[in-house]
Parts: sequence; C-alpha cells; structure tokens
Amino acid sequence: MTSSLLLSATTFVYGFAGFLYLVAWVFRKPPAAALGTWVAVGGWVLNAAGFGLRWAESYRLGYGHAPLSNLYESLVFFAWAIMAVYFYIEWRYRNRVIGAFSAPLAFLTMAYASLSPNISDRIQPLIPALKSNWLIAHVVTCFIGYGAFAVAFGVGIMYLLKAGRAEQEAGMVGRLPSVSVMDELMHRLIMFGFLFLSAGIITGAVWANSAWGRYWGWDPKETWSLITWFVYAAFLHARLMRGWRGRRIAYLSILGFGAVLFTYFGVNLLPGLHSYQSMG
Amino acid sequence: MAAPTSSDGLADAIWNLLASVRLTFVLLLSLAATSIIGTLIPQNNDPAAYVSAFGETLFRFFGVLGLFDMYHSWWFQVLMLLLAVNIVVCSIDRISSQRHVLFVRRPRFKADRFRNLPDRVVFVDDRPPETLRAIYEPFLARKASAVQVEAVEGGFRVFGERGRWTRFGVYAVHLSVVLLLVGGLIGSLFGFDAFVTIPEGETVQQVVLRNTGQRLRLPFAIRCDDFEVSFYETGAPKEFRSALTILANGTPVLQKDIVVNDPLRYQGVSIFQSSYGTLPSDEAVLSFTSRETGMVYTRDAKVGQEIVLPEALGAFTLTEIRHDAQFRGHPVGDAFIGRLVPPNGPAEEIVLPIRFPTFDRMRRGEVIVAVDRFKQRHYTGLQVNQDPGVDVVYAGFILMIVGCFVTFFTSHRQVCVEAVRRGSGTEVTVTGKANKNKTGVARLVGRLSESLKALR
Repeated sequence: MTSSLLLSATTFVYGFAGFLYLVAWVFRKPPAAALGTWVAVGGWVLNAAGFGLRWAESYRLGYGHAPLSNLYESLVFFAWAIMAVYFYIEWRYRNRVIGAFSAPLAFLTMAYASLSPNISDRIQPLIPALKSNWLIAHVVTCFIGYGAFAVAFGVGIMYLLKAGRAEQEAGMVGRLPSVSVMDELMHRLIMFGFLFLSAGIITGAVWANSAWGRYWGWDPKETWSLITWFVYAAFLHARLMRGWRGRRIAYLSILGFGAVLFTYFGVNLLPGLHSYQSMG
Repeated sequence: MAAPTSSDGLADAIWNLLASVRLTFVLLLSLAATSIIGTLIPQNNDPAAYVSAFGETLFRFFGVLGLFDMYHSWWFQVLMLLLAVNIVVCSIDRISSQRHVLFVRRPRFKADRFRNLPDRVVFVDDRPPETLRAIYEPFLARKASAVQVEAVEGGFRVFGERGRWTRFGVYAVHLSVVLLLVGGLIGSLFGFDAFVTIPEGETVQQVVLRNTGQRLRLPFAIRCDDFEVSFYETGAPKEFRSALTILANGTPVLQKDIVVNDPLRYQGVSIFQSSYGTLPSDEAVLSFTSRETGMVYTRDAKVGQEIVLPEALGAFTLTEIRHDAQFRGHPVGDAFIGRLVPPNGPAEEIVLPIRFPTFDRMRRGEVIVAVDRFKQRHYTGLQVNQDPGVDVVYAGFILMIVGCFVTFFTSHRQVCVEAVRRGSGTEVTVTGKANKNKTGVARLVGRLSESLKALR
C-alpha cells in the first residue's frame, strides 16, 4: 500500500461524493446528500491517511520532510483543506447543497494532481532553500486560506444562480440557501481566508528574510499573493460602501479566487524564486 | 464621510475624499491591477534584453513609465502613499466620530436601544423578581465587563456588555499596514542590500551594492575558511555550507558555519548563503611531452614561477588562470594560460583549457604541454544586508494577525435582561445586540436565557 495509491483512491471518492451532492440537489433527493457526506468524510480520511503515509515514506527514503514541498503535495493538502472548510460549513449551516459546489472542487484538485502528466508524484528530497521550519507554517496557512476562498468561490457561483430569482421557492434554484445566508457565508469565508492568507504571506516573508535576507522581493509569486490580498481587502471594504451587497460581492469573490488560482498555477509560467514548484 | 457642503471649503472636501472607503476600494483595486505589470515584464533586467524583447519605441515608452523597476517607480509609490494617507485619515475620522463609543470608562445603557431587537427570548420563572435580582445581578457581573441595574415598574432590568475593546481591532489592522510601509521606508533609507563572492581562504571587506553596483566598505572583514556543497543521490543539491570568520581590525571575533536558512548576524549586518562556484587554484601538475624523443616530464607549476625544460626545449611559465577563456575567438571555458619561450624563436602563449586535456597537441610544437592535475577551489556567494526596518515590519506582522483576528471573529456585545412580576412569578425578557456578526447574537441570547433559567 503506497500513499500514491491512497491518494488516487481519494480522487475517485471525492468525485463520487460530489456526484451524490449534485444528484441530491438537482433531483431533490436528500438521502443522496446524506450519503454524499459519509462518502466525502471517507475521502477526507483517506486523503489524510495518504498525506500521513507519504510523510512516513519520505522518512523511509531518508529525506524526512513534511509532504508540502512541491506542486503535487500542495494540491493534496489543498483538496484536504477545501473539504475541511466545507465540512465545517455543512455542520454549521446544516446545508448540503453547498457540497455540490465544494466537493467537485476538491475532486478537480485531486484529479489534476493525480492525472496531469506534468505533475510528478515522486517523493523528492528538499533543496536547501526549502529546509526550514517555516515551510510547514507557510504552506499550511496559505492553503487553509485558499481552501476557504475556494468554498467562497462556490458560494459566489450559487449566489449568482439565485440572484434575481430570490423569491423562487421551488426547483433547483429554490433549494439553494437564501441570498442573505449566502451573502453572510461568503463574507465569513472570506474573512477567515483573509486571516490565513495574511498569515501565509507573513510566514513567507519571515522565511524569506531568514533564507535570503529580505522579507519582500517583488518576486512574481509574492506579488501575486499581494494582488490576491488587495482584491480580498477590497472585498472586505466594499461591504462598507453603500449599495455593495449581493451580486457585486459575489463577482468580487469569484475575481479573488481567480487571483488565487493565478498565484498558485499561473505564476509557474513566470520566472521567480518559487519556480521549484514547477519541478514537482 | 458625508458629502461636503459649500461652506466646508476645499480642505474639508479633501479630508472627506481621503476619509472615504470608496477611495480605499479604488486604491486597493488599482494597486492589484498595476502590480500585475511587474510580474509580466521581468524587473531590473539588462536594457539590451528589453530592447530586443520590446523594440526601441516600446522600450523608451516603458522606461519613461518606470515599468522596468515599477515597484519603485514614482507613481506606484504615490499609490502606496495615498493608501497609507487614506488609511490614517479614515481611521482618525472614524475614531473621532465614534469616540463616545470607543473611549468610555463607565458605559451607560439605555433601555430604548433594546426595544425592537430581533433577537429576544421571553420565559416565565416561578420566583418573584426580588429573588431573581439577587441571583441575576452577581451572575451578570461575573460574566460581563460592565453591568448596570435599574428598577422598573414591578421589577428590574440588568444590562451587561463585553468586548468593547474589540472595536479597536480594525484600527490595529490599519496601524499594522502603516507600520509595514514605515518599516519598508526605514529599510530603504538606512539599510543596504549587497553581495560578495569570496574564494576559500580569502578575506574581503568590500561588498557590491545590488541596486547601483557601487562598492561598500564594511566595518569588519569576512573570511571564507571553507565551502562545502553536498548532493543527494538524485543529483539535487542537499546543502551549501560556508565556514565564515568575522575579523575586526584583523582579529577574529566570530566564527560560524552558515547554510541556506541559517545566516550569520554581526553588528546589525546579516550574511546569507546565496550561491557558490568553483575556481581552479593557482597550482597545477603539468606534463611536457617532447615530440622528438617522446619523453614525458611532469613538473609542479605555480603561477608566476618559471620552469626550465629538459632537452633544451626552453622555459615555461604559468601566467594565469583565465575564467571563460577564448582561443582564436572560440570560447573554451576556464583555462590555464602559460608562456613558452623556446630556445630559438619568439615566445608564445599556450592555452590549456580544463575541459580539453589534450588541447595543446593541435599546436604541433616541439613540446606538448598538458594539465595533469590541479586542485579546485570553491568560492562562496554571500548576500550581505543591513535592514534596520525589519523590527518595525515584524511588529506590523504581529499586529496585523492579532488585529485581523479581533476584527473578524470578536465583537462588542450587549445584553439586556428585564424581569417584571407576572402573577406569583416573573416574566423575563432577554435581548441582545452586537456591532457585528449579528447571527451570533441569536445564539448568545439563547444561551444566556438557558443559563438564567437554570440559575438557583
């Protein structure tokens, strides 16, 4: 039994959970969503087990480092973080429709990690720049933040589906949570994500200062994380402005997640200090 | 943030503009949008590279806009400065308009403020109001930071509140952003950012500034005693380690091995492992093959020392080790350069590239010179900085995290418990409000009424 096998299985379990959530939402079959929750929890446990096993395997190979050092490993943790945030929301808001917009994101993340020919799942030793206690703090805070932003993105999409038809009680749109609940949910998710994004940028800066002697170097990845931070900071302030509720807020949530994705993937196309990510 | 009237004058209009959240919003998105440019155009490259990438016209145009070092361009700095001013003015404006809420020693509660709140729980207790008052008052005094009790017809009313200080969270976040900018400014005004390469065994006192290329003399010297690089079986680098000694007035004062992520700090200057490379040393073992007899003579050579060759073949001197040498216009890499003076005829320069050991055969001379062995020396590449603004920046970091947490997840909550005689018992009404997280209030009111019911 290897970690790669467990994590490949996780992909399909998340896919199945997402399918169940979608079926429950589209065909109004609440038992499917309840089953979806159990399947998703199973996938999440599998995901964590794969992560833990990979950690142990790296010790057996003599490298011994937390599996947070390349694109594959960060995607695995990202999927786990998305589901962690989602489970909290499902439990707190007693609503499983959001699962139809969250579990598929975790599935796509894992599918990209497992199936993309450009991403190697080999366990590699740490290059000198990554040998730091800040590695875990930096990656974990960033990806918990990204997980919250991913779910906020899902809720943003749901909001736009519902907006303008808020009164509709029946059908797929009717089964979405009320606009006021989604508005608040987006806001809370983004506050949570913003705190962790800030912590992620800060731990990265402290790390950079101990590795390269400067806490900020305008390297493309740093700059893009700051762009993301600016967009979500704008989101948080937009709510203080007259008339900025609902639909425009949902668009900002989607725009912010676009910035997250570019920070994560797009930057690998640009040159910079974080380019080891593409070697994954 | 009200629209200025004509009597307010220009100063007020400017103040109101700078205090507006709309300006914050526009500035944040402008900073986000313009920051993208610098990630698409590589920053601080060679001008020639820009000309070949963009052409002469665009190169001039981008240059005028400062796009090749855009994060230090005047317009980007102006945007940042505007954001800082906006944050400060907005905070002052809000603090002064909220000062009666923010700076209160003994808060006063008014029953009217709790009249029409949506979160309200009503229950009946079979004990009379006098009994409940003796229980509720100390209970709330324990739970809340400020309590006020007043009598009403047929009963009493207790107010309590918690977390008024959390209203300062947002100002802590704003202050943290200002600290980051001030710290960055201190660093750029009073710090430096330089690098130096030191061959093993050598000592330097001057470093090269990254932004200007000028040399800077340090108040101490750095000696590289040793450099080691190790690799994993996969061939990926494992560790770069430099053994450094700091010398003040020629005497060693500090010794430390530095690796990436573990720098040396001395007198506010930090020295980081940044790169490395190899240099041939100035000693080598050379072989001289006589064409006539086929005899091979090996000799130790040192740069600058003349070797007299047997069989009257002449004299050879190793003159230098040339980095990226050229032979007849072709690059041949690192090479030993020597000077051969035959007994009859002019002296000639001999090029002995390290990569091609039999290179000198091609010359078809009377004697063929080759490098048998040579020692390699490493040089270490060090990043040398001083940044007196780091402490301010770190203070900003801590304040930002704490401030964000307080702003997002805590709130100023107030509750009102009203108890009025109803028959032999009491009707109790619990209401509450908060400055944010309104849905949390319903839970607070529910929990409080459950606790009150259970109190004996």
